[in-house]
Amino acid sequence: MTRARGVVLHLGVIALLFFLQFVLPPYHHTNIARIMVLAVFAMGYNIAFGYTGLLSLGHALFFAAGLYATGLGVDLFGLSATPALVAGLLAGAGLAAATGVLALRTGGVSFMIVTLMFAQTGYLTILYFGRYTRGDEGFVIARTARAIGSFDFSAPTPRYFTALALFAAALLINLALTRSALGRSMIGMRENEERSRMLGYNPFRVKLIALTLSGLYAGAAGAVYAMLFGYVGASFASVQYSILPLLYVLLGGAGTVLGPFVGALLMFYLIDIASAYTSAHLFVLGGALLVLVLFAPEGILGAIRARGAKWLP
Amino acid sequence: MRRPCILDRGTQRPMDFGPFLLLALMEGTVMAAVLALTAVGLSLVFGVMRVVNVAHGAFFMLGAVVAWFVTQAIPGPPALGFAAALILGPLIVGAIAALSDTLILKRLSYDPEATIVATIGLSYILQQAALTFYGPGARPVPAPFDLRLQLLWFGYSGYKIAVVFAAILILLAVWVLMTRTRAGLIMRATQLDRATARAFGINVDRVYAGVFALGAALAAVAAVLIVPIRQAHYLMGEDPLLLSFIVVIIGGLGSLRGTLVAALIIGLSDGVISMFFSPTLAKIFATLLVAMVLVFRPQGLFGART
Repeated sequence: MTRARGVVLHLGVIALLFFLQFVLPPYHHTNIARIMVLAVFAMGYNIAFGYTGLLSLGHALFFAAGLYATGLGVDLFGLSATPALVAGLLAGAGLAAATGVLALRTGGVSFMIVTLMFAQTGYLTILYFGRYTRGDEGFVIARTARAIGSFDFSAPTPRYFTALALFAAALLINLALTRSALGRSMIGMRENEERSRMLGYNPFRVKLIALTLSGLYAGAAGAVYAMLFGYVGASFASVQYSILPLLYVLLGGAGTVLGPFVGALLMFYLIDIASAYTSAHLFVLGGALLVLVLFAPEGILGAIRARGAKWLP
Repeated sequence: MRRPCILDRGTQRPMDFGPFLLLALMEGTVMAAVLALTAVGLSLVFGVMRVVNVAHGAFFMLGAVVAWFVTQAIPGPPALGFAAALILGPLIVGAIAALSDTLILKRLSYDPEATIVATIGLSYILQQAALTFYGPGARPVPAPFDLRLQLLWFGYSGYKIAVVFAAILILLAVWVLMTRTRAGLIMRATQLDRATARAFGINVDRVYAGVFALGAALAAVAAVLIVPIRQAHYLMGEDPLLLSFIVVIIGGLGSLRGTLVAALIIGLSDGVISMFFSPTLAKIFATLLVAMVLVFRPQGLFGART
């Protein structure tokens, strides 16, 4: 019964987002498409942080890997859209696996700093090869390259549809993951690594799989972001893009399937609304981080789950 | 006219390799001195409180911004305003840090991961405060004195040499404080065993607030010293933060002696590498080195395994 409730809820959210595209005004239409892609990035972050307990400060690296593999694939190597997107996915997962092999030898605070440093190295590398990446300024992907046949990613309807398809796939895979043996062993790592080891699980292996999957999500989000919005720049690799998914996940609720989307949606509109009154958007970011970590570390859906809705996956 | 400033090396006539290396080493020494001050602050906070303070760079930046406001407010010779900044900068920044400790970090019970997230939030807020009240521009602060030492091959700013000596003096003072005074004893006792220290009647909350303030004040002093050489800007804390992390980790987390040795090595090599190669390349190597040190030698290159 509880399993069915979870499936219905998540299918309901996807259906709601599908019908929203017919009523949304253009501005919000684009916003929601962007939020769905960012939510996939945050969902990937949640797989590492929320479920497995790996607090990374370097996920911008995996997002940027997807973004640049797709962007440079089209811009520099003349790939068509499909192989460029696949390259983005593989780049995110591959870089996450490589990072994991090294960083997972550490834990806790060291893991945070190692991932931060790897991401910083990636950011600086993008700046160093400015001749190809155009550094901070970034580059725009040619509109003609952003299409598969007559399916034009830069047009509003296909853009929304692609974002929704990616979001739905990511959400349902995430839901299935929480019910699988792998998902449960990931939670075991978060709750009590030593006990999981005693029970015969290999913590390194489980965490490496979780981080790779997390990187695959981030890379997919980056690749699709490049394709849908057509801009690739070094700021996507900066520390701020490692903090954003953390913020989304903390706000929505770590370790909940819908939390990253709820967090991304609220944070995006919080900054959007606040920017109408003040240009001080760093206040909003910093204030939100402080308030969440001080007063509501379990996030919105975490609080709802703790107060009755125990079935919430 | 021959000027040794790195920025306009394109305009001067070519120097021989020897003097050029000497100049790079001198610039590196100034860099190392300021870096040592900043990094010792970070190291102290980590050593005693086990808190990784991501807002350390923001405290550094605040020191420079306060120095600009103070020197603007005080008329008369630049030396007077600068002296006031040297005292007020660390005091104000230290007070802000003590307040943040009491209002934020204490409530998180110093949980390592939560404090990192909280100090990230704090640094955003401080940066925004500087951006709002100080503005997006970079502004210069006049040096307290204008002295040029004429060496055999080039002239060198006397102020930069004074910075090195000032940093050495302050570091000596920190060393005396930690090893020769009662306050230092209390801090070391808290570092060794918080619970036992509390049992012996030490007010651990006050020690933590004090250490956090001291760490931030050291960053602020470093910034006040550097601001006549580099202008004050609201994002100027990012590089010192990264470099301090690098220094503290390579030197061994919490080890003051290791921090000093690492600051000297990183400062000098950064000065030399940045002059002969690309500064970005130097930073790429440094960040990778830190990650590898943490992965393969977590006690640091100079720290003993505990």
